[in-house]
Amino acid sequence: MAYETVIGLEVHAQLLTDSKIFCGCSTKFGAGPNEHTCQICLGMPGVLPVLNKKVVEFTIRMALATGCSINAYENFARKNYFYPDLPKGYQISQYAHPLAEHGRIDILLDGEKKRIGITRIHMEEDAGKLVHDERNPWSYVDFNRTGVPLIEIVSEPDMRSPEEAGEYLRRLRDILVYLEICDGNMEEGSFRCDANVSIRPKGETAFGTRAELKNMNSFRNVQRALEYEIKRQQYILESGGEVVQETRLWDDAQGQSHSMRSKEEAHDYRYFPDPDLVPIVISNEWIEDVRRALPELPLPKLDRFVAQYGIPVYDASVLTTTRALADFYEETVKLCGKPKIVSNWVMGDLLRYLNEQKRDIKESPVSPDHVAQMINLIEDGTISGKIAKEVFEEMYKSSKKPADIVKEKGLTQITDEGAVVKAIEEAMAKNPTQLAEYRAGKDKLFAFFVGQVMKLTKGKANPQLVNDLLKKMLSGS
Amino acid sequence: MSLNELTIHELQDKIRKKEVTSTEIVTAVFKRIDAVEERVCSFTTVMKEYAFAEAKKADEEIRKGNIKSLTGIPVALKDIQCTKGVRTTCGSRILHNFVPPYDGTVVKKLRDEGAVFVGKTNMDEFAMGSSTETSYFGVTRNPWDLERIPGGSSGGSAAALAADECIAATGSDTGGSIRQPAALCGIVGLKPTYGRVSRYGLIAFASSLDQIGPFTKDVEDAAIMLNAIAGYDPMESTSVPMEVPDYRSFIGKDIKGFTVGIPKEYFIEGIDAEVDAAVKKTIQVIEGLGAKIVPISLPHTQYCLAVYYIIAPAEASSNLARYDGVKYGYRSADGRDLMEMYKKTRSQGFGAEVKRRIMIGTYALSSGYYDAYYKKASQVRTLIKRDFQEAFKSCDVILTPTTPTPAFKIGEKMDDPLQMYLSDIFTISTNLAGIPGISVPCGYTQAGLPIGVQFQAGHFQEGKLLQVAHAYERHSGIERRRPKL
Repeated sequence: MAYETVIGLEVHAQLLTDSKIFCGCSTKFGAGPNEHTCQICLGMPGVLPVLNKKVVEFTIRMALATGCSINAYENFARKNYFYPDLPKGYQISQYAHPLAEHGRIDILLDGEKKRIGITRIHMEEDAGKLVHDERNPWSYVDFNRTGVPLIEIVSEPDMRSPEEAGEYLRRLRDILVYLEICDGNMEEGSFRCDANVSIRPKGETAFGTRAELKNMNSFRNVQRALEYEIKRQQYILESGGEVVQETRLWDDAQGQSHSMRSKEEAHDYRYFPDPDLVPIVISNEWIEDVRRALPELPLPKLDRFVAQYGIPVYDASVLTTTRALADFYEETVKLCGKPKIVSNWVMGDLLRYLNEQKRDIKESPVSPDHVAQMINLIEDGTISGKIAKEVFEEMYKSSKKPADIVKEKGLTQITDEGAVVKAIEEAMAKNPTQLAEYRAGKDKLFAFFVGQVMKLTKGKANPQLVNDLLKKMLSGS
Repeated sequence: MSLNELTIHELQDKIRKKEVTSTEIVTAVFKRIDAVEERVCSFTTVMKEYAFAEAKKADEEIRKGNIKSLTGIPVALKDIQCTKGVRTTCGSRILHNFVPPYDGTVVKKLRDEGAVFVGKTNMDEFAMGSSTETSYFGVTRNPWDLERIPGGSSGGSAAALAADECIAATGSDTGGSIRQPAALCGIVGLKPTYGRVSRYGLIAFASSLDQIGPFTKDVEDAAIMLNAIAGYDPMESTSVPMEVPDYRSFIGKDIKGFTVGIPKEYFIEGIDAEVDAAVKKTIQVIEGLGAKIVPISLPHTQYCLAVYYIIAPAEASSNLARYDGVKYGYRSADGRDLMEMYKKTRSQGFGAEVKRRIMIGTYALSSGYYDAYYKKASQVRTLIKRDFQEAFKSCDVILTPTTPTPAFKIGEKMDDPLQMYLSDIFTISTNLAGIPGISVPCGYTQAGLPIGVQFQAGHFQEGKLLQVAHAYERHSGIERRRPKL
C-alpha cells in the first residue's frame, strides 16, 4: 500500500539575550559549572521571577517574521515535573495563552513554494544540565543553562516528507539567525527539534497515530530519524500491527530510535497560571516599533535577488542563506556590477575556501572591495579568468590587493601582438606534423595550438588575442 | 514596667530623650526570653549574640543622632523570611539546616530602619495550620494559657510578642496567619493589601495569597512597622508601584462620619457566645465614636473556605516541589536511585499537614480535574472579590470577629483538619480578595483569654484601617492586661 507521511515539528530556540529570562545572570555559554547562577535561577526558597523585557521583544520579532498574530492577553504558566536539572520543580512556560499563534513559514521545494503553518510561538525558561560521572554512582548538576530564555515554535502537521521537514527546519533557522535572536547552532543545543510523525494510507484524511521523536541533534539526524520512523511505522502497519502513541529517543550511534515512554506513562504537567508573574500586555505601539526594525527576511530577499540581479533562483537561495553573505554579495555588486560573475566567484571560490576552513563569511580574509577589484582586472583585460583563480587564491591567503598580487607575481596578461605572434611562430615551428594535419582539415588541433601558445606564455597571453592571431596564422593567410 | 513591655513608640521616645539605650532594651528582652522561652517555645532560632552586637551598633548611631523609625528596637522575624547567614526553616524538617545566601526585601528594609533582630519565630510547617502545632521544632504555647495554642501559622511571633520576648514581630498571612494568632494572643496583627509589601524572600506557601505584615502591641506601632516595610519592590512582579502614605498620619484621627459595614454572613451560628458579645460591644463603641453602622452583605462568603482550600493547596503543591533533596535542605540518606531519593526525602522531610495539602493541590490541578476544581475556584474567587468591591461602595471599613472562638486547647483539633480549617473562616476572604485586614484586641473571656475584632478595607486603604483601629483602641475601655507567666 502507498502511504503518506505527516510530520509536525516543535523547535526550541535559545534566545541571544545577555541575561536570563527571570534573573540578571549571564547567558554566556562555556563558563565553569554553576558560575552563572544566583538564588533566583537556583530556585532557592523565597525567590521570585521578574520577566526580561528583551525576551518578549525577541519573541515578537519571530512572531512578526512568521506572520503570527500576537495575542492581546498572555500569561505564564507553570509546567510541573520533578527532575534534578529543574530547580523549582516546575518550568515557567506559556500554556493556554501563548504570545503568538497562527503563522506560517514558506519553504522552497525544487523552486516551488510551499506554506507550512505555525501553530504557536511561546516563551519559556531552559533547564539545567546533568553531568554523569561514569566512575561514581552519582551525578552533578550544572544550572548555568537554567533560566536561559527559549522560544518554542510549534508547526502544524503540514510536512509530507523528511526532505520537507529538513527544508522547513533550515528555513526556520535562517529566519532566527536573520533576526539575530538565536545563533541556530544545533550541535551546541541552542536550536533543538522534536518531531511528531505519523503515516496514513494515501488518500486518507484522518491522521494516523503519531510518535514523538526526541534527541535529534543535527539536521542530518532529523532526516535520518524521520526516515527510520516512517519505515518503522510502515513495517508495523504492513505486518498487521498498530502504531502506539509514544515518545521515542533517537540513538545516533545505532541509527535507530527506541521507546522512551508510552502514552500511559506521559507526564501530567498540571499546568496552571504562574501566580508570581502578572499577565503581559503588549501595546500595538511596541509591536509596530519592532516591526519597523525587522530586517528583510530570507525569502523576500531571495525573490528580490532574482528580480534585481537577474541571477538564477539557485544562486539567490545560496547567497541569501545568511544576512552577512547576502550583504557581502550586494556590496560587491555595488562596487563592480556584473551580478552573475560576482555570484560565481562568491558561491564558487569564496564559499569553497571558507567551507574548507569552516569559517564564517564574517571572517572572510577577502573583502567585497577586493573581489570587485579582481573582477575589474578581468574585465579590463589585465588578467585572464584563469589567472584570476590564482590571484583569488593568493588574495584569500594574504588578504593583499589583487593589483599588488598581479604585479608581484608578474601575472599581467600579454596583450602585445608581437609577443603573441612570436609565441605562435615558435609553436608552429616546434610542431610541423600537427600543423600539416590541421591544414589538411583536422580542425580539432586548433585547441592543441592554443594550449601550446599558452604554455609558452605561461598562461598570460590574452585568450582572445591568441584565438584571433592563431586562426589567421595557422591557416597561413 | 520593664523595658521589654513597652511599645515601639514609647521606646523610641525614650531613645530620643537618651533615657535608654538599645543595649538596655535588648538586655531586658533576653532576660525575658531566658525566663519564659522554655515554657512558651516561640523561637526556632534565638539570635542573642547577633542582637547584642547590633544593639551596640545602634547605640553608636543613636549617639551620632542618626535615629531611624526602628533604630535599636528588638524585632522577631517569622522563620519563613529568608535571612542571610541565619538558618531559615519554615518550621520544616526539609529546611532544618537551610541557611539562605540572601536577605528578603522586608528583612532588608527592617535592617535599614535600624531594627535589631532577636530571633526567628516558630510557625506551622510552611505556614500550613492555625495553631503552630505542625512545626518540626515543637508546639508553641499561648502565653495566656500554656495549655492552649497561640493560633497560627505565625503563632511563634504572636506568642513571643504577647510574652514580651520582643517589641514587635513579623508574620505572614495567607488565610489569617497574622490576624488569627494576633486575636488569640491579645495583640495587634495587620495583613496589608496584596502587593503592598514585598514577598521577595518570603518562602512561598500560596503565592497569590501570601503577604507579610506586622504584629505589634498597639495600633500606632502597626503604623510604624508598616511604614518601614511597605513599598514597591522591583524584585517582585506582583508588587504594586504605588506611593506609600505616612501611615502614622492616620493615628489619632477621629472617625466621625465613617461608615462601618457589618456583614450578616459573619454573624452566624457556631460563634462562641463571649466572642459574639465582645464584637457586638465593639460595634457600640464604634458607633459611639460617631461612625455610621450599616448592615451589608457579602453573598459569596459561604464559598470562601472551599475556594481557599483549592487555590492555596494547588499553589503550594507547585511551590513546594523545589524541596527535592537535590540542592539544599534535608535529603534522605537511604535512596538507592533518584526516584527513591525523591520519595524518601519528601516523605521524611514533610509533616502530615503539608503532605495532605500537597496531595489536595496536586489532585486539584490534575488533568481532568482542573476545570472542576482550580478553574472553578478561580472563578468563584472573582465573585468574592466583587462582593467586596460592591460592599465598599457603601462603607469605609467592614467589621467582623477575627475568629469564631478564643484559643483552643493544644491537640484539640489536630485530628480534625476540617475543624482546624474553620478557625480561619472569618479571615480567609481578605486574602482571596487581596484587601487589607487588621485584628485588634476587643476583650477577654471569663477565663481570661483574649478576643479580637477584625477590620477590613478596600485595596491600599491601610490608612483607614489604622484610623478606625486606633480610634477604637483609644476608646474601647478595655484594660491592658499582660499574661501571667
